[in-house]
Amino acid sequence: MSDDTTQSPGRRVLEIKDLTLKFGGLTALDEVTFHINEGEILGLIGPNGAGKTTCFNAVTGIYAPTSGDIVFEGSSIAGRKRYQIARLGIARTFQNIRLFKSMTALENVLVGADAQHSTGMASALFRLPKHRREERHGHDRAMEVLKFMGLHRNPDELAANLSYGDQRRLEIARAMATGPKLICLDEPAAGFNPAEKVQLMELIKRVRDEGYTVLLIEHDMKLVMGVTDRIVVLEFGRKIAEGKPSEIRDNPAVIAAYLGVDEEDAS
Amino acid sequence: MSKTPAVKKLTGSLGERVASLPKPVKIGLWVAFAVLAYALPLLEPPFISPPGTDFGGVLFTVTIYCLVALGLNIVVGYAGLLDLGYVGFYAVGAYTAAILTTFHANWPLLLALPMAVLASTISGVLLGWPTLRVRGDYLAIVTLGFGEIIRLVAVNTEWLGASKGINDIARPPGKALFEIPHLNWESGVPLLDFNDTTKFIEFGVLDQIPYYWMGLTVVILVLFADRLIKDSRVGRAWEATREDEDAAELMGVPTFRFKLLAFATGAFIGGLAGALYASRQSFINPLSFLLLFSIMFLAAVVIGGQGNRWGVLVGAVVVAYLPERFREFTDFRVLVFGAALMALAIFRPEGLLPPRRTVRAKQSEAEIEALEEGAEGEETSRV
Repeated sequence: MSDDTTQSPGRRVLEIKDLTLKFGGLTALDEVTFHINEGEILGLIGPNGAGKTTCFNAVTGIYAPTSGDIVFEGSSIAGRKRYQIARLGIARTFQNIRLFKSMTALENVLVGADAQHSTGMASALFRLPKHRREERHGHDRAMEVLKFMGLHRNPDELAANLSYGDQRRLEIARAMATGPKLICLDEPAAGFNPAEKVQLMELIKRVRDEGYTVLLIEHDMKLVMGVTDRIVVLEFGRKIAEGKPSEIRDNPAVIAAYLGVDEEDAS
Repeated sequence: MSKTPAVKKLTGSLGERVASLPKPVKIGLWVAFAVLAYALPLLEPPFISPPGTDFGGVLFTVTIYCLVALGLNIVVGYAGLLDLGYVGFYAVGAYTAAILTTFHANWPLLLALPMAVLASTISGVLLGWPTLRVRGDYLAIVTLGFGEIIRLVAVNTEWLGASKGINDIARPPGKALFEIPHLNWESGVPLLDFNDTTKFIEFGVLDQIPYYWMGLTVVILVLFADRLIKDSRVGRAWEATREDEDAAELMGVPTFRFKLLAFATGAFIGGLAGALYASRQSFINPLSFLLLFSIMFLAAVVIGGQGNRWGVLVGAVVVAYLPERFREFTDFRVLVFGAALMALAIFRPEGLLPPRRTVRAKQSEAEIEALEEGAEGEETSRV
């Protein structure tokens, strides 16, 4: 299934060039270079502590790169503020769920949709046409995304009251609502049982089919192999391999670093 | 503890019942409520109107507390920024109005009022710009300091009247068009008393009811504004920032800018309240802006239920009205207040009238607990 889509080369949405990140004496990322093509699902894998989430954090502006560059849609975003990067079109989810817990599902997604809006105090206070237009757009967008994620039945439920799976899906919905070109999913299937994981991967494929480009961190190797178009493997902050899932599966460096020692996969 | 669910059910069902009414009925109810509020000092209902003090004056104080509570609720309740120096903005508003309408400038109040609000808003931005980069406890300490600094500056500046304060602050302009009689309940039945009237509308020295009407009008306007802002991108951004600042930022919310906006909005309302207070008092000195007031303002917000505009209004009424009503127990005021706060912390930690979301979260928590208990019970019975 995944092999069919790898043929389309596409435009480069994101380019990470010689990205290095140091925290004091620790080098979390060491001259990592890779890129994501438009409309593909790129898997970012590696053992614990390899620098996957650090890489996400650099892309979404949480850390400024020590050296190297991050180019999104042709312009450098290294050093930009987090909300600017989000508004430019990179959305993300979190490894440990970080919803706005005492806001409703709909409100959570609305906050995401507001990334495309600029209503300020005056527009809101005087109900100017801009406010009305953006509210309408936000609600339409939010309901559309909730429906896509299968969460539209009770949009007024508090995020904290949703089931674990729904909370994970709501995070993806909130990210989609920001209207991004690139969605970064940080272990979206963590804590799921195998059946749920398979379902989620189908959902991620549908997200891609909607026209989004997906950067996926996932621990479960079998799942990554099934859903991604290409895979980048990190180990100790270095890129050790890049290629199609079939190539990665047979790559001796990857097997040594990851597959061979990973207990989950060995079992 | 056993009482709380019943109370919750009562307030919850009342709110739901009002919400489910058709729109014209709802509007009618609100108008009736507002008319009653305006007429309250004229009706002088027994028991409610405090014996021995001027009811109009007490009600004016209540409206000032309501204003302050609404303003502080934006900062603390919506945006989740703990501000312990809110009285500072109140003082900036009061002093600006005082300076501009007395010997320094002699402006009319209506001209000074916008300047007072502008000054307090600017002070909010100036305080927020450097301090909103710190979080939680640190912000509380910095704002606490701000409130005290403003007061100490006033104490030590001759130009601001030092500890003597400023006299003869301008009153709002007014013109007595007609007189409205009060009700007199002395004979047991309400009678119109034409010896006791309020001039509509003249802001005099003795009759404080016109000030109350002015205060109430401002409260209603602020309530509308609060509702419009809360139900927009701005309100959502505030709440998202309160819930998880980092996640909000990564979803495209410029959190610093919105925190600053919350601070400035809070300062705007606080300054407005201060200026109105100064005008009614016609005299202010630094003793009107003690740290104690910051604490009382915050108490109004917390007692009422932070995050719910109706809740904080209830809180403001409790904090401002009850001590005036029960003046005869004045020696025990602080004791009773402390005991009431403790009782509240135990029985209703989320406030008298918490936001609906808090109530719902609690309910579902209770449901889950009940389910778990039920499941345990089954298990034990099976064993």
